[in-house]
Amino acid sequence: MATTTKKDPVFVVVQLSGGNDFMNTVIPYTNPLYYDNRTFLNIPEEDVLPLDSTLGWHPEMGPFKELYDRGMVAIVQGIGYPDSNRSHFRGMDIWHTCTPDEVSTIGWLGNTIEQLDPTGENPLTGINFGVGLPKAMTKAGVPVTSVSNLDNYGLMSGITAEDQKDEALQIFKNMYGQAVGSGPVMDYLSRTGNDVLTGADIIKVAPERYESTVEYADSPIGKSLRDVARVHTADLGTRIFYTQQGGYDTHANQLPTQPGLFKDLARAVNDFFADLEEHDADDNVIMLIFSEFGRRIADNGSGTDHGSGGGAFLVGKPVDGGLYCEYPSLERDRWAKGEDLEHTIDYRGIYGTVLEQWLGLEAAPIVQGTFEQINPFKTN
Amino acid sequence: MGSKDLALKAHLLRRAGFGASRSELEEIAKNGYEEIVEDLIHPERFADLDEDYVRRYNPELSYHDGFQNHAGKWIWRMINTKRPLEEKMALFWHHVFATAYYKSEHVPTLIAQIDTFRNNGLSDIKKVLNDLAKDPAMNYWLDNCENHSDQPNENWGRELLELFSMGVGNYSEDDIKNASRAFTGWTFEQPHPLYPFGHFASSFIYDEDDHDGTEKTFLGRTGNFNGEDIVDIICEQPATAKFICRHLYTFFVEDEPQVHTWSIEEPRNPDAIDAMIKVFMETDGDIRSILRFVFNSDFFKDARYKKVKNPTELVAGTIKLTGMYDIIPREGEALGSLYGSASVMGQALMNPPTVEGWHTGSEWIDGGTLNERVNFAVDQFDDVSTPGFKDILSRLGDQVKSDELVGRCLDLIGPIEVGDETHAALSSYANAVGDLDLSTDQARTENAVKIARMIQLIVSTREYQFA
Repeated sequence: MATTTKKDPVFVVVQLSGGNDFMNTVIPYTNPLYYDNRTFLNIPEEDVLPLDSTLGWHPEMGPFKELYDRGMVAIVQGIGYPDSNRSHFRGMDIWHTCTPDEVSTIGWLGNTIEQLDPTGENPLTGINFGVGLPKAMTKAGVPVTSVSNLDNYGLMSGITAEDQKDEALQIFKNMYGQAVGSGPVMDYLSRTGNDVLTGADIIKVAPERYESTVEYADSPIGKSLRDVARVHTADLGTRIFYTQQGGYDTHANQLPTQPGLFKDLARAVNDFFADLEEHDADDNVIMLIFSEFGRRIADNGSGTDHGSGGGAFLVGKPVDGGLYCEYPSLERDRWAKGEDLEHTIDYRGIYGTVLEQWLGLEAAPIVQGTFEQINPFKTN
Repeated sequence: MGSKDLALKAHLLRRAGFGASRSELEEIAKNGYEEIVEDLIHPERFADLDEDYVRRYNPELSYHDGFQNHAGKWIWRMINTKRPLEEKMALFWHHVFATAYYKSEHVPTLIAQIDTFRNNGLSDIKKVLNDLAKDPAMNYWLDNCENHSDQPNENWGRELLELFSMGVGNYSEDDIKNASRAFTGWTFEQPHPLYPFGHFASSFIYDEDDHDGTEKTFLGRTGNFNGEDIVDIICEQPATAKFICRHLYTFFVEDEPQVHTWSIEEPRNPDAIDAMIKVFMETDGDIRSILRFVFNSDFFKDARYKKVKNPTELVAGTIKLTGMYDIIPREGEALGSLYGSASVMGQALMNPPTVEGWHTGSEWIDGGTLNERVNFAVDQFDDVSTPGFKDILSRLGDQVKSDELVGRCLDLIGPIEVGDETHAALSSYANAVGDLDLSTDQARTENAVKIARMIQLIVSTREYQFA
């Protein structure tokens, strides 16, 4: 199929919830300080999948390494922000709202979706796959769709007689009509109800149209990314996709836990891009994979406590793969708070990179400031 | 009994429990309001649920896998209990001390934790926190079993202060470290492994050899503190009184901003919180006394519809109206489907997303969950042969005129109120079906579906999303 039309850029976010231990993801396996500090929790040199002479992949990241070797992965080393917050909730909030010094209810992607679709014409402009909406996607007045089950999405789905269902939907529409000053939550319910009606009408074609030879693994992240692929290839105008994989808060039992997560993640991401490639739908898609913090340099004998200075990945065909920024220093005099990895690039600069260089939007108002960017995209 | 009085008592039952069907409501409403409050805060006055029948019809409950069935059984209890506040307090503490199945996958300890909340939920804060510190499910969840005197683990120490008692901004990172050291050695008996006989229960053990008994400074006090000492000091703090009262307020009275903003956002009703704090301080954090005060206060009585129902309240409350699930689940449904229903609405009971628990209030609602909430409630009235619907039908008498239909149904479902817009839309349906004859069996059968549809529309409203 000829792809002469320039397709709108699409951005997929995969949140790793819990604080992924980046040091055991992209491993400084030739640095003796790594083994000195991770006396229990190190990956032996012979198990690491080498990336170059100083860094290597966790052994379960094989399918992800494959994408890296094809030049599709930009590793953003040392991503974080000053005085990293160690609370999951506040920490993740900071990533979602770009306001480390105050609590905000406005998500950076809520702002982004508003820029992409100012009149809120298409409630499918931003879709979260999962239950509930992440704060990153929310902004009062901006319709965003959250789908937990793509195969049966819509109101009154239990009323089987079509004419009766239509009648009920019409009354529902009237009940959820123009709310005039009945309170912020009632207004929010009205808008949400109407968005569900509109979105359901549009999205039902996605499962109907989708065909693929790619067989995703039966993991939650695999299912989520397959849903992203099903909607993206249905061409419904979605520009922002969000989903998450949980379980990264490895205070204990990190050695058995983290590999299982990587296995699912690496396979799912690989399958996703293979699926997009099969549909000739990968030219205009990039993915950001991030977590709310890295973890403590020294392990606690079974796992690692919360830390900082982790890493993120930008993945996709338009990405110019390789290592970006600086791996956080393991030298004791450069540790943050005397026990954590110090970040080397502010996450808001990476958001800004995506906003300006990929989505063509002005970054400063969305990320609340100006931050150093990188150049991770191929120039044609 | 006036309809205003009935509506107020219905509000009390929705908040202190999971609501009531019309016949339940009329029975309870024979008592005065204050007396109903006393009955609620003294659950021991009423018989506990007999679980024999539910276990007989749900043999999967005899096994400790299939965790959804056990979570579903909890919802069954909420639907059928004669001690509603006891179950509601278990849910309250589960919200605050959120512990999830996905980490341990160990059902016996998870069930035991909820039982603890059920048994001590109305006692005093010191008992509640001490029981929590010794709870094996919590211990494993926050890795306190990995908290050793020679290698401390801060997870429990941190969350005890941040999420379970005082809230962010009231202690230092050093306080966290020292609290953690005080709890070293607090662990649990390693249960038998899963295979081949399934999971076994566990219990708290104190390992003196693994305990750091040296001097610690915590919140300005110094001593060779052990875990109980930490709890004692925590319970003396005004920050604890405020934090716990705020939790009670947001759960029972009115939606507050999300918990993790409380270090910055002040309470919506500072006077109410201050009054609750006063009761807390006077009674050493006696939950029963605080709730007596709350339920009898004007700010509570005026708080109708100021809280968005959490999914469990919506599921249990709506099912109560149908009179189903009293003993036997519906044909082909396992108890686990109750868990599934609340889960897709955003609340996987006994399996919260993180130790922070769930975001409540309007954050229960988004395009996805609103879809699930409406569809669930609508589906409950699909079957016109349920005992609850039949009861509603019989109470409607021989005839319902079209201009009465909306009001009569709103009364029998609640009583609940709706705004003008909603009322107008519901009335358009009533006008379309016209006057309904219910005087003969045949007429009742024909018109039952239309009345069921009216109720389905009512439970789809925006107003029905509120508690």
